[in-house]
Amino acid sequence: MSIFARKLLGTILAVAALGVLIGLYVADWATSFPKSMPARTLPGNSQGADLTLETVAAVGSKYSPSHPSWVSYLIRSNGQWVHNTDYTVPANSVVHVTIYQFDTPTGLRNPFLSQVQGTEGGTATIDGKTVNAVEPEEASHTFAVPELGVFVPLPGVPEESKHLCEEAPCELNMDHRTISFSFRTGKKGRFRWQCFVPCGAGWYFGNGGPMQTFGYMDGFINVV
Amino acid sequence: MSTTAAVSTPQPASRPFWRRLIGFNLFTAVLLGVGGYYLGWFIGHQIKGSSFHFQEETSENDVALLLAYVFGVVGFLIGLGFANYPVSRLLGRPASLREKEEQGWGRYFGLCTDHKVVGIQYLCGIGLFFFIGGLNAMLIRTELLHSTPTVVGPNQYLSLVGMHGTMMMGMMTSGILGPFANYFVPIMIGARRMAFPRIEALTFWLLMAAGFILTSTIFFGGFPTGWTGYEPLNDQAVMGMDSYIMFFALVGISMCLLGLNMIATIITLRAPGLTWSRLPIFVWSVFATAILMVLAAPMLVATLSMAALDRTINTSFFISGGGGSSYLFENLFWFFGHPEVYILALPGFGIVLELLPVFTRKPLWGYRLAISGMLGVTLLSFFVWQHHLFVSGINADLRPFYMLSTEIISIPTGFIFLCVMGTLWKGRISFTVPMLFCLAWTFNFLIGGLSGVFLSDAPADTSLHGSFFTMAHFHYTIMGGLIFAFFAAIYYWVPKMVGLQFNEKLAKWHFWLMFIAFNSTFMPLFAVGMEGQPRRVSEYSPNLHGLNTWVSISAFVLGFSMLIFLYNTVYSLVFVRRRAEQNPWRSKSIEWQIPHPVPVNNFEQIPVFDADPYDYGVPLPVGGTQTASAGA
Amino acid sequence: MSSNPSAAQPSPIGDERNHARRFATIWIVSSIVAVPLVILLLGPILPPGNGSEQSSGQVTDNTVLLAMATPVLLLIVLYLFYAIVNFRQPKGAALEGPAVRGDVRIQTWWIVVTSALVLSLAVYGTVRLVADNGAGSGSGPNPLTVPSGPKLPVQVIAQQWAFTYRYPTYGGVETPHLWLPNDENIELHVTSLDVIHSFWAIQLGVKADANPQVDNVAFVKPTGVKTFEIRCAELCGIWHGEMFDTGHVVERPEFERWIHEQQVKFAPATKNLPPYSTTYQPEPVRRGG
Repeated sequence: MSIFARKLLGTILAVAALGVLIGLYVADWATSFPKSMPARTLPGNSQGADLTLETVAAVGSKYSPSHPSWVSYLIRSNGQWVHNTDYTVPANSVVHVTIYQFDTPTGLRNPFLSQVQGTEGGTATIDGKTVNAVEPEEASHTFAVPELGVFVPLPGVPEESKHLCEEAPCELNMDHRTISFSFRTGKKGRFRWQCFVPCGAGWYFGNGGPMQTFGYMDGFINVV
Repeated sequence: MSTTAAVSTPQPASRPFWRRLIGFNLFTAVLLGVGGYYLGWFIGHQIKGSSFHFQEETSENDVALLLAYVFGVVGFLIGLGFANYPVSRLLGRPASLREKEEQGWGRYFGLCTDHKVVGIQYLCGIGLFFFIGGLNAMLIRTELLHSTPTVVGPNQYLSLVGMHGTMMMGMMTSGILGPFANYFVPIMIGARRMAFPRIEALTFWLLMAAGFILTSTIFFGGFPTGWTGYEPLNDQAVMGMDSYIMFFALVGISMCLLGLNMIATIITLRAPGLTWSRLPIFVWSVFATAILMVLAAPMLVATLSMAALDRTINTSFFISGGGGSSYLFENLFWFFGHPEVYILALPGFGIVLELLPVFTRKPLWGYRLAISGMLGVTLLSFFVWQHHLFVSGINADLRPFYMLSTEIISIPTGFIFLCVMGTLWKGRISFTVPMLFCLAWTFNFLIGGLSGVFLSDAPADTSLHGSFFTMAHFHYTIMGGLIFAFFAAIYYWVPKMVGLQFNEKLAKWHFWLMFIAFNSTFMPLFAVGMEGQPRRVSEYSPNLHGLNTWVSISAFVLGFSMLIFLYNTVYSLVFVRRRAEQNPWRSKSIEWQIPHPVPVNNFEQIPVFDADPYDYGVPLPVGGTQTASAGA
Repeated sequence: MSSNPSAAQPSPIGDERNHARRFATIWIVSSIVAVPLVILLLGPILPPGNGSEQSSGQVTDNTVLLAMATPVLLLIVLYLFYAIVNFRQPKGAALEGPAVRGDVRIQTWWIVVTSALVLSLAVYGTVRLVADNGAGSGSGPNPLTVPSGPKLPVQVIAQQWAFTYRYPTYGGVETPHLWLPNDENIELHVTSLDVIHSFWAIQLGVKADANPQVDNVAFVKPTGVKTFEIRCAELCGIWHGEMFDTGHVVERPEFERWIHEQQVKFAPATKNLPPYSTTYQPEPVRRGG
């Protein structure tokens, strides 16, 4: 092969190698799905599962080095708070959800979602009291699975509270609200869940940033 | 691709490689680009003010990223040497008019004012980004094998869809003008160079910088709007949106300058005797495309500048909450967007009409009709844009007008088909690979055009807008049209550009696999759209799963056919290296009458033209059965 | 290799008239066969189906378009095949074709026929649009034509990322699902609370973009379909593809029963809702904080 052809081949191979590397990187980035976290199954042979979550005002650099100031959900797993929004629950059973809400209120954009919908009995228990709606301005986040008809508004911790949790992980000695409810799952499927409160501070209509990035205020419920 | 300077001056290649890296070249350009990026980033973080407070709340600084990109691109261009000429002139020093035109291998990697080098640079650069866009498409179709989000995360999916569309639209607008018009228009009009050689090189390097910036969006979170960048979602998006804005701003500038250069060249540098009625039809199509580029691209740059202002300093051009309107973006964007798709279609017309006479051994039938078709499309393309907004709640009284204008634009488009049919009539067709691509173009663009008639009809459009039917329509016209013409041009002209032949068997495999896989991929999508699958979704109704699986598998075969093309390129042009004859297609066009390698100044003497390049065929006897009106 | 221009050779391919007549026959016969087949066989099964008056109108429209496109498609495709079969370069030869550069008559006919075809389609489309009261499309706050008689107003509120529906004539109750009474004119008011969405009721043939602070009106009259799919047709963010729902069409008594049930069920929410309006501007108006 002439010198020229060798140079040309070398260039082409270098470019091709670069292209393949870029391709692999992009493919890896595109398919990076977090591993789904299973809800804790109840003991005995009761058909059900326990899902314990918390919502925090800032997820912190430990959990998210790229976006430490973003609001987020976390799940309790094996005694630790884990930054993951992809949850697995069993089919045809009752899922008991407990959410510890550490963030301050923002207010619902659509006050229709101030009513608890899709849960067992159409109610939720907030700090021990059973209610079927909250004040729209009080809502800090929602836990909603629209395809299953579940919409639960989560009221916020008053701004003036003394022990606000600045950053995840938030422990129960800080000011918080406890919301618990149950909903039924049917057949298998993969359903998204999201928050409906515009809690993305600084974003247009509050719906950008963490509201639109998987792993913060959005996730999947895998019914298996 | 050898250089005529090999015998004249002492070889600069005698200097060590590392010494040659010092100077205005790609290496310096990358260094200065990176430096500029960090400088812009730093400056962006120093800017504070009440309009920016929300940047702190979001912990994202769009100003910094945009400034970083701008400074990075400026540094990149300075490093390549684009500032040398203006600075020399300002300082009163003699400036060089030619850059790197004699320096062999290295001139392909820097600022070179030889239009032939720029043409080959374009071909390789656009090819690279075409394959990256194609890779995105393969990932999209992999995800669409499943009816719920499975393989690709929801944010990444939207970014893939956006990157695929944006990359393809931005790169392929210059897909024919970049490589082939830059290389062949000066030769076809008998000129030694383009009117503005340095600007020509600038358009290429702007495009390369733009492509790099778009792929960098994955480091900033991607963008969720698809290639149309609709507000207000645009405003809501994370930092990756700025990559999209910067990409299209650079592409818009590149397109505008490319068009300007083409117009100036074609008008002023034609050789003696080359009147407008003797101009090759390809040059006419380039001219029409260039007019569209110059007029439409600035609209895009302006629109995206406003979007950037909305994102950074909290203006409300497109935000109804602040007094603006989301409609404004839609209208401004599509005022650019519709001429944009004709920028994609017109060069395809030109290539097919240019190649058909060669392979049917007949003159182009209906030369004037074809020109009126192209110019008609050029003019009318500015009057149809609201057909993208039929269901968006625009003033309902306007819809009949835009229906009418959109239907009317199919009349000049139809002229092209008549010219194709007329050129084929009783011709002597040889089924070379370029000809196969031209015939496939005719079929594909027909389907694309007819499906466009459905979309232009507002009642039918109600169900078809925003669905996969629209997707199938524009893939048939843009991919089935432009990309097939692109490959026709590659197989036709690359033997002239590099003096080497492609392997014909591999080329035919490429063609057949591509044609069959293309139709198998996009034909079912008409049905998928009519059955109710919207665009840009990774979750769809489970009853469409079978069709989507079929389409995805066909898409993988389509991707594989591109690999055959790549293999052919490396195999034929690097290993086998069989020399091509000077005029393998027996074309009468002037570029085939000059030897390879084409001299730097194209011609020993400027040629004098006395006819158009379609002097094929046996003239009919006088008083024959059919009147042959010359040049009609 | 080169042709001999001076000799006036009879075209070896065949007489001019033969080819023209042969091809014209092939084309006309196939069109005569194909067009009725398209109308009779394909027409009834074309989407979007007969779920509403508007979608039936679209099916008719699609049938007409397809019937008019069929001869055009056949013309070009059959011509391509004809040319590929009959106008070949014999193997190893280098013959030239006839040096014909155009024909004014053919070009004029082509311009006239295509213009007539296209203009008639534009007129037909306008007629269809007006006759079907917008053909199910979003016609903005001032639609071109409005159906006469009573109409049930239903507001479709699009937000990131779900549709909710408000019935102003039933106390402004808002519901997460859409139920409509059969065989009655419905006046849909589509609006958005945030970004651009698009309400697409597939089997009803309705598509109307939801723009913030804009009231986009679409008319529909369901005619018998029981359930229909609703999807968002304009990219609105991460869950655009997941913004779907199933709507129901029921007879009027059943609808009354359902709406009263909803009013009871969602009374707590209705208390908190702002008064009904064709557009809304909820907080935050510009950026969340």
